[in-house]
Parts: sequence; C-alpha cells; structure tokens
Amino acid sequence: MMQSVVSSLSTTNTSNKTLRWLANTLYRKDNLFLLLLLTPPLLWFGVVYLGSLFALLWQSFYTFDSFSMLVTPDLTLENYRSLFDATNFDIILRTLDMAVSVTIATALIGFPIAYYMTRYGSPAEKGFFYVAVILPMWASYIVKAYAWTVILSQQGVLYWCIHHLGLMSALNYILQIPNIGGNTLATSNIGRVIVFTYIWLPFMILPIQAALERVPSNLLQASADLGAKPAQTFRKILFPLVFPGVVAGSIFTFSLTLGDYIIPQLVGPSGLFIGTMVYTMQGSVGNIPLAAAFTVVPIILVSIYLAMAKRAGAFDAL
Amino acid sequence: MTIAVEFSAVSRHYGDGKQIVRAVDNVSIAVAEGEFFSMLGPSGSGKTTCLRLIAGFEQPSTGSIHIFGKNATGSPPYEREVNTVFQDYALFPHMNVLDNVAYGLRVKGVQKSESYKRAEDALTLVALADYGLRKPSQLSGGQRQRVALARALVNKPRVLLLDEPLGALDLKLREQMQLELKTLHRKLGITFIYVTHDQSEALSMSDRVAVFNHGRIEQVDHPRQLYTEPKTSFVADFVGTANVVSGALALQITGNQQPFSIRPEHISILSNSNMANSGIPNVDTVQNQMMQIAGEVVDIQYHGATSKIEFDVHHDAFTQRLMMVLSNTEHTEAQLPQVKQKLMLCWPKSRMVMLETHGND
Repeated sequence: MMQSVVSSLSTTNTSNKTLRWLANTLYRKDNLFLLLLLTPPLLWFGVVYLGSLFALLWQSFYTFDSFSMLVTPDLTLENYRSLFDATNFDIILRTLDMAVSVTIATALIGFPIAYYMTRYGSPAEKGFFYVAVILPMWASYIVKAYAWTVILSQQGVLYWCIHHLGLMSALNYILQIPNIGGNTLATSNIGRVIVFTYIWLPFMILPIQAALERVPSNLLQASADLGAKPAQTFRKILFPLVFPGVVAGSIFTFSLTLGDYIIPQLVGPSGLFIGTMVYTMQGSVGNIPLAAAFTVVPIILVSIYLAMAKRAGAFDAL
Repeated sequence: MTIAVEFSAVSRHYGDGKQIVRAVDNVSIAVAEGEFFSMLGPSGSGKTTCLRLIAGFEQPSTGSIHIFGKNATGSPPYEREVNTVFQDYALFPHMNVLDNVAYGLRVKGVQKSESYKRAEDALTLVALADYGLRKPSQLSGGQRQRVALARALVNKPRVLLLDEPLGALDLKLREQMQLELKTLHRKLGITFIYVTHDQSEALSMSDRVAVFNHGRIEQVDHPRQLYTEPKTSFVADFVGTANVVSGALALQITGNQQPFSIRPEHISILSNSNMANSGIPNVDTVQNQMMQIAGEVVDIQYHGATSKIEFDVHHDAFTQRLMMVLSNTEHTEAQLPQVKQKLMLCWPKSRMVMLETHGND
C-alpha cells in the first residue's frame, strides 16, 4: 500500500519535472513559444484564407469560351476589360451607389444612438442598448430580409402607418423621384436602403460606440472651458476623435453592401448588383473567370476607400 | 479689494433620498482678486468639486456662485472668464501643441495668424517656444503640464483654476514647477485657485489656504496662521504633523477635556531626566510655563536633516503616541535616545494650541 503511494508520487514527480522543464524552456526561449502559438492561426490564415483568395484572383485571368461554355487556363485580361463594358460597369456603379448611400444612412442613424449610449446612458440603459443593438444579429439574415419585404409591401404595416398618418401624398411624391423612387416602397431604392441600413446598423454603432468610449470626458470639458460652444466642441474635438470609429464602421457597411447578393434580389428595383452578378456568373452561367474579376472590384474599391480615409487623417487619432 | 470668486452657502449633492452624498456642504468663501488661493484636503473632501463648480462643469445644488460680482450660477463653462489646468492635462491628442494652445482663441473667432502669434507668446512664457509642432504624445509629463498652462493662460483668464496640476510629476520636477507657478503668478497678477492634497505645496505657494474635510471648510487662513494656530484637530493633523491630545490625557495635562495640539518640533527631552528607575511620574505640574510628561521611546527614524522619535505616554490603561523631531545637526547619533528608554518630555505651554471640539470626527 505504502509502496504504491510512493511509486505513484514518484511518477507524478517525473511528469511534473517534464512539465516544468517544458514550461521553463518555453519561458526562456520565447521565440519558440511564439512560434507554437502562431503556427496554427497563420496556417489557417495563410492557406485557407489567402490561399483561396489568390486562387480566385488567379482564375480571374483564365479564359471563358462563351461558345463552348468552358473555362480554359489560358491567361487573359479580357475579364477585366469586360468589367468596363456598359452593362457591367452599370452594375458596379449601381452597387457603389447603394454602398455609399447605405454607409451614410447607417452613420447618420448610428452616431446619435452610440452617442446616447456612451454619454448619457446609465449602466443599465447601456446594457439594454447593447442587447437591443446586437439582438437582431442573432436572427437569421434571410428571415430578416424576407420580413422586410412584408413590412414594405403595399399591404404591409409601413403603408398602413403612413396611410393613417395621412402622409400618403408625401410618400407618393418621394416615390416619384427618379432613381430613388419606384412603384412601391418594396420595389424602390429607398426601400432597399432602409433594409440594408437596418441589417448593417450594428456594424456601424458598435465601432462608433467603442471610439466614443475612448474619448475622455475631460477633453470635452477642457474644450468648453476654453470657450468652445457645444457645436464647436463636437466639430473640433469629439468628431475628429471618433472619426476613426466611423471609418471602421463604414468599412463594414460599405464592403458588406458591396458584396451582398440577397437583399438586392428581394427588395428594390430590378438590376444586377456585384453580388448577384457573381452569383449568376459562377452558378447558372459557369463563367468563373468573370465572376472572379467581379470579386476583385469590391477589394479594389475598399482599398481606395481606406487610402482616402487615411489621407483624410482618419487614423491620426488612433 | 475686488472679490474674484465668491461662494455663498454652496452645496453640491449627488443622489437622492437616503443615498445622498454631500460632496460640497454649505461652503462660503471669498477669493480676492490677484490672490493665490489654495484648496487643501484629502481625496473626497470636496475641493475638486468646488473647483469644478467655479469652472462650470458642475452646478451647485443650493447656494450661489459669483465671479467678479456677476452671478455665475447656472452659466455654462464657455461663458465664464476662468480657465482650468486639468489634473491629467486634457490636451487634445489629435492637435499639435500650437493648435492646442491656440484653440481657445480660435473658437472665440480670433484670426488664425493672430491666434498663432499669441499662442507662440504663451509657449515662450512657459519656455516651450520650439515645441509648437509636436504632438502632445511626444512630450514629457512636465512639458505637457506647461502646454496645459499655456493653453489656459493664452485666453488671459481673470481666474486660473489649477486642479492638482503637479500631482503626476516626480518630486524634483514638482518643486521646480511650484517655483515657476509662483513666479508666473507674481508676473501675471491674476487670481490663482489651486487644488492640492499636498499640504507642503499649499503652505509654500499660497497667500491663503482653505482646508476641506467631508465637503466642509475647516479653516481658511494664511499658511503661517494655519500652521501655528490650527482651529480644529483635523487642521492640526492635516497641515504638517501634530500631536493632538484629547480626552483623559488632556484633562490630566491641562485640567480641561478640550483637545490641544503640540507640534513635534516643540517637544524636547528634559536633559536630566533619565528615568531608568521604576515608577514613571506621569504628567507633572506647571513649571516655568513648561509642560512635562514621561514617555517611553518606541521608534527612532532617520530622515536626513532630522530624526523623528516616537514615544508612548502611558496613562492608566491607555496609551497615547507622541512624536518629536530632533535636528541631526545639533545631535550626534550617540546623543539620540534609545528605543525602550524612558524619558521626560517637555514643551512650552505657549506652543500648545487649543482646538475646537465639534462632532465632525
């Protein structure tokens, strides 16, 4: 009995020793430790993430024979050239238009909410707002998009509200504006902006809220102390300091809108988006090279957007 | 004498009902124009809240505040002729030093070239003339402090509010900045209201000091009077170090329950008083205006120029700790008493300060 306890003690001792030796070695050689720590995520990121992206980019130079509907690995720039064909370029402009509108709309709606959360909300209110902002993200995206088609339809609740508020003539006036309007809300660009804004709003509110949280309140007090009226404090102190948060949020809303292919099919006027175009090209048509070329467009647009934001000093306060 | 800032029965309460916190409780003060006025107290004593009430970041719950005779109660910070130097400087991180300093002028509509010129002058005043193009993050703590000072002074405030401005600096730098602030005050002639928890800072710099405790003012006085004639036991203890004696021991010494304070530097050891024998005589009678008491050495601490000696004075079942200070230039190490040595202590009766008794603490 005694013997076995002693022997089991000694085995735990040796395993402890090995563990300690391992821990001490890793502590002394922290490069080895970092290597162990980073190898799995770097493999994942390098192979799965960047690898697939580069495979996609590579395929955008392949040739699609529209006659035989076959893809051949002959390298060509034809896919990129065809992006500038009138019909394809329209798709890009239409998508870009929507992405910009949605970004502006989410920023305009998101900022006041985030501002209220940080500057005025009690801890309980803050918690409520967090849940209220994040909760819709737990529901299925497709369900939400379909729900909006019902809300926006002519028999829907929004029309009912507008009708009872006596604002039908105002709505009809707005719907008659070219490019923005349409036959009904559900088939207008306004409707599409509303749905996109609803879906992406959390992605705008949370970064702005985080940025606002980082601005010490004594900076705002210092500004007021130096004679700045609230509007000046907002313009010269608060907004420049929060702007990186707005940019971070807008990167989400901008790129998510650029790549979306479901909402454009469900709400708004007909006409392809980059996302629906990619979907069509790689699905029913089988033109993977052109689909790949279209995929590059949002990457380039977001890169340009980031470069512009950097030049505008969006990251100076980080 | 013009009064720069006047508090009339100002209170600032937080919360409501039973959970009420009286950060500032019925405070009345009048700060004269051109005065260097310090608000001294431990953290949570209400001194910073008072400063924020003057700046306009907070509004009084009751009472009124006048700044140069004008009722400032309810007016926002941007309408007050006061500027604040914040404890952690509160420099705008996205602007360079020059833009920080010029900010106050720019928002008031001063021309860009004119405001930059005046900002340069203000930076010269605080000896940072060549730092205009740096970002605050590129400056040391002391330099940030000066920028914060220049940013406030460029607006030519009639009252400069300083909220523990030297708290984050190390000792040497703090002493240097104290001197510079004092020089600046003399040069500009404007009112300085200075919040600090450092009693030596308050004593060395101020014309007058208000001592805060629990949201109330314990005493407002000139530094010398504050030290030599403290009115309450809190002031005696907080401003410098003091032996505050109360209760039964006070009764035995003075024949009166009223507490009194005696500074450590006024206590001395009776030269022929080696009380190695048993039967410690306690408080002695009044002899030549000197008070005498027997004590036992508990601890001796070396402080460079001085040595601090702590005594226990036993009185019935209860023991009072007293402290005295001996100059190390006048006493060699051999002349200092030993721990556990029993000695007679004495002090001049004239140095004892009778304290007010009130229910605060």
